[in-house]
Amino acid sequence: MPKDSGIGVSQKRREDVRFLTGAGNYTDDINVRGQTHVHFLRSEVAHGRIDGIDTSAAAAMAGVVRVFTGADFEGVGGLPCGWQVTDRDNNPMQEPPHPILAQAKVRHVGDPIAAVVAETYEQARDAAEAIKVDITELPAIVNMQSALAEGSDKVHDDLTSNLCFDWCLGETDDAKVQAAFDEAAHVTTLELVNQRLVANPMEPRVAVGDYNRASDEHTLYTTSQNPHVIRLLMCAFVLGLPEHKVRVVAPDVGGGFGTKIFHYAEEAFCTFAAKECNRPVKWTASRTESFLSDAQGRDHVTKIELALDSSNNFTAIRTNTLANLGAYLSTFSSSVPTWLHGTLMAGNYKTPVIQVNVKAVFTNTVPVDAYRGAGRPEATFQLERAIDTAARELGLDPITLRRQNFITEFPYATPVALEYDTGNYHGTMDRLEAVADIGGFAARRAASEASGKLRGLGINCYIEACGIAPSNIVGMLGARAGLYDAATVRVNATGSISVLVGAHSHGQGHETVFPQVVADMIGIDESQVEIVHGDSAKIPFGMGTYGSRSLAVCGSAMVRATEKIINKAKKIAAHLLEASEADIELKDGVFSVAGTDKSVAWGDVTLTAYVPHNFPLEDLEPGLEETSFYDPANFTFPAGAYACEVEVDPETGQVSIERFCAADDFGNIVNPMIVDGQVHGGIGQGIGQALLENCAYDQDGQLVSGSFMDYAMPRADDVPFYAVDHSSQTPCTHNPLGVKGCGEAGAIGSPPAVVNAVIDGLHSANHGVKHIDMPVTPARVWEAMQG
Amino acid sequence: MSEVTMRVNGKSVSGQVENRTLLSTFLRDSLGLTGTHIGCDTSQCGACVIHVDGAAVKACTMLAVEAEGADVATIEGQANADGSLNVIQQAFQDHHGLQCGFCTPGMVMSAAALLKDNPRPSEAVIRKYLEGNLCRCTGYHNIVKAILAASGQSVDAIAAE
Repeated sequence: MPKDSGIGVSQKRREDVRFLTGAGNYTDDINVRGQTHVHFLRSEVAHGRIDGIDTSAAAAMAGVVRVFTGADFEGVGGLPCGWQVTDRDNNPMQEPPHPILAQAKVRHVGDPIAAVVAETYEQARDAAEAIKVDITELPAIVNMQSALAEGSDKVHDDLTSNLCFDWCLGETDDAKVQAAFDEAAHVTTLELVNQRLVANPMEPRVAVGDYNRASDEHTLYTTSQNPHVIRLLMCAFVLGLPEHKVRVVAPDVGGGFGTKIFHYAEEAFCTFAAKECNRPVKWTASRTESFLSDAQGRDHVTKIELALDSSNNFTAIRTNTLANLGAYLSTFSSSVPTWLHGTLMAGNYKTPVIQVNVKAVFTNTVPVDAYRGAGRPEATFQLERAIDTAARELGLDPITLRRQNFITEFPYATPVALEYDTGNYHGTMDRLEAVADIGGFAARRAASEASGKLRGLGINCYIEACGIAPSNIVGMLGARAGLYDAATVRVNATGSISVLVGAHSHGQGHETVFPQVVADMIGIDESQVEIVHGDSAKIPFGMGTYGSRSLAVCGSAMVRATEKIINKAKKIAAHLLEASEADIELKDGVFSVAGTDKSVAWGDVTLTAYVPHNFPLEDLEPGLEETSFYDPANFTFPAGAYACEVEVDPETGQVSIERFCAADDFGNIVNPMIVDGQVHGGIGQGIGQALLENCAYDQDGQLVSGSFMDYAMPRADDVPFYAVDHSSQTPCTHNPLGVKGCGEAGAIGSPPAVVNAVIDGLHSANHGVKHIDMPVTPARVWEAMQG
Repeated sequence: MSEVTMRVNGKSVSGQVENRTLLSTFLRDSLGLTGTHIGCDTSQCGACVIHVDGAAVKACTMLAVEAEGADVATIEGQANADGSLNVIQQAFQDHHGLQCGFCTPGMVMSAAALLKDNPRPSEAVIRKYLEGNLCRCTGYHNIVKAILAASGQSVDAIAAE
């Protein structure tokens, strides 16, 4: 009989009921008694010197409580960067200050200059228009190459240049790398752009600051993926507040995709201003503000070279990348083009020599940081485009070339600092060939051609590193945070369980999945287990949710804590059953003495723990609550193979996605339905990057794609149904559930598959196009076809 | 300020609003019906779709005063009388048609309007109809599947796609 609960079951999500009935509790749904509203006056120029700010007229307007400028924040810290990268000469990166409100200069369109706190949002907004700001506009630094040119204007006057760092990973001896290329039978070179994107979770960011003068306690409600991280950064680096006096609550959060990891100025502002005004202060971003203030993603310009020997084995990879950081260092910005990107450049392949070079650049644009995949999509895109190009240049089948170079023995130490614990790349490729019916492609191409369309097949493989870890290693690499997570399993007297977790659910379904694990381990009904998350006053210090880490890291902490619970419960059961602890077995929520009919139920044991009348008090403390902090031994390495089939209209250049198949290896799976959904969503975003989305600035640094009218989000009729398979499984070897991350895979694996498919389709009609940059718009395709 | 009166989810309500107050703001801030979400400022995202006199409307495209006397339905009034999920809501849960839940109220309200006019829409019709509803989580796969299922059409083949 198939299992109907616990690990491996597609349990429907319990959180859905509140979301489907309008009963969710998102941050903008929270209104605190007596609250005021803040509106930020933001820079309309990309680069300028502030010569003066006159707030007198605004301050006198109806309903205005107070007007703040940068001068009010001279005594507090700036927003910190959580990762110090050291350059190829071991010097620390250039780290400019990031003020809450602009000090002396504005550095991107949207940089906050002043803030009006008023009784109503409309009054705040009206008053902000009355603030007079005297700005001398300076030349905008937008293009990365120009930013690095000798004599360029500087985004930050106190830095030596616009170069944040010049970083190298892998083989640092240039001569050795060059020798590998000199000996190559074939070298493929590709120059490409991984364009800037906007994460655009559907819920804009919101912050509500509340201050209790009686207790001197702050509460910040915020749209965050990691409330404890926000509390730590804001208290320790920005406002200088004691953590025990600050509570950060991230309630229902409407999607994150990375951009809600970071500590933002508006969070610190609302916390600070609530005390200054002695009134709660609420800020809700308009979508326009989201475009101008949410950290953006990607924005790499890369040259990749791939060397092959005469047997078509990969012998060397060399990349040179310019990575745009925007105007300031967002919280984890420096880690994205380095340790989350360069380390993935081996991909699924055994290439002996790899050198990754990255120059990170300040420009007068919105800061760039992690967006779904964060560095790994950029690595995968360039590598897989290069491999596909090599296959075409050499007249090889792209699947065969990939298979020939697959890593097949594990653990495998890459030349770029990672050790893959396990994987089976032929296994996922086998699944892909079956699910995608690669053998049937020729017939489908013929059918498309018969209707006047070009049809292309694009193959892509990816590997990613999830659940970033372990803390001591990432600390050596520059991380300024630990990367463990924590869970407290609190068993109530009557046997129900609250699991307090550091991970944060903003779409991932933790409220359903985590109880599946705990209930399965104990053998009780899932309805008896509930998780608590998102409130620093309730949960242990955990690092939150990003980088596909929740189940692999926090879930592992939860398993460890549950194991402690079971061990203690067995001791209590042994006492009650007058048996040896070693003889106690737990099955289906019942403790029994092996080989006898003596047993005691879960609920009797838990009640005994809290009403310890018949209890071994001399050996054991009463109660049943355990905490575990879990620091992973390694990353997890999900991997997979994707296939995309497109039709290209040769008349217009329009591309339509006809089929999309994904074969992923996520190790063991707790809830297949939710894993499918994660992959679907990632593919949707990846198709968005490949065909539609582009965060564009003009030469003056104006964001020209600053609304949903201009920034092409994927819509339902831009995408097909996806075929998703995860039956090829190599369980992670170092975490207790054997699970790997699944949240980012789709966004990493899909863009190269789409572009490879378009190029393949064009070649089928003898258009010798080598590459088209994303987004692959009809205009770009048409232009490429004109040769 | 103006006095405005309308029926919302079957109950008569009234309130004082500025003439510039959007219907979406009135529902959220004056009536506390926070299931209607605001995801953009250009009437693109569709998180605020409600029904006004039976038609799907983005609540951010109407002033509250324009809804004077109207019959308004929001996500809060969609469940069955006994509180259980209605057919569309249930299909969204059954087929994992939501993740973060933010676009969900608008999706459900749009789906309801579609199925009222077209009880058995094709996949292509559903995708076209949802042009005004953005979702960033699901890649739309399970939303389209849920709407097909809610209309009584088989979705078995989709799982095996």
